[in-house]
This record gives sequence, structure tokens and C-alpha cells, in this order.
Amino acid sequence: MMDSDDTAVVTVYGMLWRVLPGPTWLKIVVLVALAAAVVAVCFAWVFPAVAPIMPFNDVTVE
Amino acid sequence: MTDRAPVARAGRPRVAAVVGVVGELVITLGVLLGLFVVWQLWWTDVLGERTQAQAIASLDWDPRPLPPAGDEPTATATPHREPAPVLDEPASGTTFATMVVPRWGSAVLPISQGTSTDVLDVLGVGHYDGTAMPGQVGNFSVAGHRVTHGKPFNRIEEIQVGDPLVVRTEDLWFVYRVTSTEVVRPVDVEVIAPVPGEPGVSPTEAQMTMTTCHPMYSARERYVVHARLDYWLPAAEGTPVELEPALGST
Repeated sequence: MMDSDDTAVVTVYGMLWRVLPGPTWLKIVVLVALAAAVVAVCFAWVFPAVAPIMPFNDVTVE
Repeated sequence: MTDRAPVARAGRPRVAAVVGVVGELVITLGVLLGLFVVWQLWWTDVLGERTQAQAIASLDWDPRPLPPAGDEPTATATPHREPAPVLDEPASGTTFATMVVPRWGSAVLPISQGTSTDVLDVLGVGHYDGTAMPGQVGNFSVAGHRVTHGKPFNRIEEIQVGDPLVVRTEDLWFVYRVTSTEVVRPVDVEVIAPVPGEPGVSPTEAQMTMTTCHPMYSARERYVVHARLDYWLPAAEGTPVELEPALGST
């Protein structure tokens, strides 16, 4: 077994896991909700802002 | 592991921390890139198809051809070949026409004014500012996505010379016939000149041009379809016969 304390402390996701309160199932629920929020923010704002920079969407002659 | 631990003890936690955090960053970046691909190839189509269907539904008129049910012999409507009544160019973002490419089936695509991304990404097909309006002498030029954002021109490479392109405004049908297809560089604006390929020349014919990206998933070149007006028809007089095979395929 790995020494979970050593590795958990030094990684961001490990830290996140330790900071979250409650039992394991609650941590999982919170993390899934967080991941969904990140996906939503990306789909709604981040990706539409990045897409025009990407070199495969131009359809016009100019 | 326990053998080497005493030697590495001083440096190892720090190295492990750096490697761990870098690894996390790389994995996170990979997941975000994967999400971007999902967004680009799937979600923009979901949104684009929805907004384009809304653009069609919000028209004051019904752009769908009448079904070829027995009561209206559409084939007997007389094609008009005299100069057609021409609309004024509408405000940017206004959906003012629709088009059907019978080779693609019966799908009705909205045509909106302008070729900026807020038109093309949302409303589908965009009409180049300053080019002719449907039926007008000159070059009625439109652009559309070939992939993503509802991909209205996805199957452009299937179009053959001689194929009809059917454009509809509120009152009129316009039937264009494809005269040529070509692949050009993105800077070759003469494809949308009033006389395609001959900038500065005064037009004597009503033509139409479609542009989209080429090859698929790239913006290196443009795929271009040119067509010439065959005839026009007031919508009140009937439906172009060119739409009947398309209707039958639904």
C-alpha cells in the first residue's frame, strides 16, 4: 500500500478530497456536482470563447 | 522501497509533490481537451439545430413546400424567367429566406443576413453582405458550416453539376441549377463577385454561390458551389417540381 498521507497532501485533488467534509458518499456527491459545474461553465462560456481562435471553423471567403 | 527511503528521504517528498501536481495538471488538461472536442463536435450541433429550427419556426410564412397531394397539381405552375422582383437586403441577423437542396433530402435551411460567427454559428446559412439578393442579377452568395454548429452544408461534396438549389423567400421560389464546383483558397473572394471569378465585371445573369470549409475539420481551403438561376415561381402559384422527389423521400 502507498502511504496515502504523503501522496494525498501534495496533490491538488488529494487535498480537495481531504478538505471535503462528511462521509465518502457525500464527498463523491459533492465532487460529481463540482465536475458537472465545471463542464457547464466550459460549455457555456469557456469553449465558445476559445472556439474562434481554433483554426477549423472558417467557412467564408474574406 | 524501504531500502532506498533513507537515501531519498530529504528530496523525495518535494520531487513527489512536483511530479504529482504536474501529473494532475496534465491529466486535467487532457480531460478539458476531450471535453472541448465533445462540445465542438456534438454540443454545437445540438444548439445549432435547435436555433435553426427556431429561425424557421419564427418566420411569418411557412417555408415548407406543399405536399404533392392530389388536389394541387404543382407541376403545372408556369416557370417565370423574366426579371424577378427583388427584396432589399435586410438587417444583419434577420432570417429572410430558406433553401432546400433536393439532393440532401427535404431539410429546410434558414438563410439569414450576414456571415459573422454570431450569424453562422447560431442561425446556420448566412448571406454575404452586399451580394445579390435571391433572384437578383448578380451573385447571391451564402456561407454555412460544413461541420459543427448544425453543419448545414455538411454534404456539400455530394452536389453535382445540374442539381437544383431551391431558395424560398416569403412570396417566391427561386430554382438555381449548379454550374460548377471548385476548391479555392480562403482569400479568393472573387468566387462571390457579381460575376463569379471575374471581379469588376458587370453581371448580366442571376447566379448563386455557396461557400464552406474544406477539407472537413479544417479551414485550409474553401469548397465552393456555383449555380445559375433557372426560373422563379410565386409561391401562390405552386411548388417547384424540383422539390417533389425531396418531398417523397420524407
